[in-house]
Amino acid sequence: MVSATKKAILAGFILSLLAALGIIIAVAFGSKNIPLSTVIDSIFNYEDVLDMQVVRNGRIPRALAAILIGGFLGISGAMMQGVTRIPIAEPSLMGITQGATFAVALVSINPDFYAMTENTFAALAGSATSGGLVLLFSMQNPRNMSISRFVLAGTALGTFFISLASTLSILSNRTQELAFWVAGGLRSATWDSVAMLAAAGGLCSLAALFISGRINIVNLGEDMAISLGERPGVVRFMAMILIIIICSVSVSVAGNIAFIGLIVPHIVRSFVGENYKLIMPLSFLGGSVLLIWADNAARLLNRPYETPVGLFTSLIGVPIFIWMVRRNS
Amino acid sequence: MGRKTFVILIITAAVLSASIIFSLSSGSYSLRLDEIIRTLIGRGNPLSNTIVMQLRLPRIFIAILVGASLSTAGCILQSILGNPLAEPGIIGMNSGAALAVVLLISSSSSAYYDSIGIYTMMLLPIASIAGSFLVTALIYVLSVKKGANPARLTLTGVGISAGINAFIALYQLTMSKGDYNRALTWISGSLWGSNWLFFGIIAPAAAVSIGFAMYNSKLLDVIRLGRETAVGLGVDVDKKQKSLLGIALVLSAASTAVAGNISFLGLMGPHIANRLVGPVHIRKIPVAAGISSVLILLADTASRTMFSPLEVPVGITVSILGVPYFIYLMLKEA
Repeated sequence: MVSATKKAILAGFILSLLAALGIIIAVAFGSKNIPLSTVIDSIFNYEDVLDMQVVRNGRIPRALAAILIGGFLGISGAMMQGVTRIPIAEPSLMGITQGATFAVALVSINPDFYAMTENTFAALAGSATSGGLVLLFSMQNPRNMSISRFVLAGTALGTFFISLASTLSILSNRTQELAFWVAGGLRSATWDSVAMLAAAGGLCSLAALFISGRINIVNLGEDMAISLGERPGVVRFMAMILIIIICSVSVSVAGNIAFIGLIVPHIVRSFVGENYKLIMPLSFLGGSVLLIWADNAARLLNRPYETPVGLFTSLIGVPIFIWMVRRNS
Repeated sequence: MGRKTFVILIITAAVLSASIIFSLSSGSYSLRLDEIIRTLIGRGNPLSNTIVMQLRLPRIFIAILVGASLSTAGCILQSILGNPLAEPGIIGMNSGAALAVVLLISSSSSAYYDSIGIYTMMLLPIASIAGSFLVTALIYVLSVKKGANPARLTLTGVGISAGINAFIALYQLTMSKGDYNRALTWISGSLWGSNWLFFGIIAPAAAVSIGFAMYNSKLLDVIRLGRETAVGLGVDVDKKQKSLLGIALVLSAASTAVAGNISFLGLMGPHIANRLVGPVHIRKIPVAAGISSVLILLADTASRTMFSPLEVPVGITVSILGVPYFIYLMLKEA
């Protein structure tokens, strides 16, 4: 146990360093070449000129959003794997983010709805719907829930919501805008969205850390948890609620970013073992590191154009996913 | 073949015929029954001739072929993967086809509504068949580890198709709007632009493959019982699995080539058939094919007429119908 904790502290330290380095790159470089002195000035000695505006209102909120959203996706993936005991559970494979995408499409084609709710609440409503359905599945006799069945259900749900969203976009002649949503990205991050992410998502992440001990117990298995005096259904329900809120704030800002919630917790687990008190915070840090670096690649590789960030997370994610499938079965 | 199966087959055929007539008559120009009959026996006017013979009839025939092919592919996959929820679209067989088509469209024209020449028309099916073969081979190779474990095959397929979708997104965002819409229509699965030429190309492939599946129906029955039982009964499971997977691939690639990606059709037909006539494949395959054909025909008619003159890709309509059914199955069988 001591060695796992030591390892975790070391890993936390390295990950924080990587995240900090990622933020520095994200703020200092971009499609517009801005001298380093101006970048520093725009933080400590702000004047109202274009370069400083780019840094202050463009790059910094985007970097912070990447850190937060990456962390949220990492921690919600870890939680989901913990309570379902399915090693490849992840919000985007389960159809939760697609539900949010549909709701956002619905809102953005209809100005009346938009005035009422805006993206965030639409995403919240959408992911609550699809998350509720996933919850229904995982409640259904968890003892004989097979992995492939679970993933197929998620795929089906995802297809369903994307189909509805496509219908809407075809009827309103806005098909390509939808593709931007489905692909996901951080280009629309503002200070407002950072504040919203930090408030709602941050709170839920803290709450998640509080129940990490109980997730540990649920992760031992249904019978074991009950004999230890824990009610697995309650923990699973609480975790799902937190996951839904965390996912929907992330999706409302960044669209659909796949695989972070899958790979990060898995890598973390192979370092520190099956202890969610360590896995969850480290997954947060790991997710932040992965997303900020992926976003840096998305912004910088093909300047001034942007590559979809999901491409980078999938490029890393798919091989690891397949490796896990091969190893697990 | 029992009496009950015979009755059910007759009923399925009757419903299919009714759907054909319904589909022939409805559209942005609706035809009366007597007009349709007159046209079919060669005594129609030029307008109804074009509508029935050149536009609606080939589309209906292709819909039936696609329905039958996908449903048979679904029957095969559900048996050899031992997973009642397996289906060519869901396990990622078609994602390669989608990628190939997107690459092809984004590398060629960029005009908004380019006149589609015979060259492009022939190239799309070929590209999509090549794409689905390559990706299915990849999925198979990646999931083989001391034999192809069915669960691993399914999960690998889901993973690969998720990755390919991310790659497709890269191209979709940089396409011009016209190209994008064309790719989207195709990826979502649409029977728009069907003609007799397409029918002539895929009909033989589909007929031979469905015949092969029927011929091997006993084999499918045995494999469905599980690997141990099948081996115990003297079936070389690994080898047979490979050839049956190949047949499922041909069927799904042929229908993908003309109609794009249509998910869930291979799931609904077989499951409804299973309830009607039971799990024995010699009875299940034809009934399932009939049911899937009816489903796609009605879904396509709805896609054409509901938002006329706009058309929703039929694959989307099928998904919207199919997912609730899928979820119902999940909850019932879990």
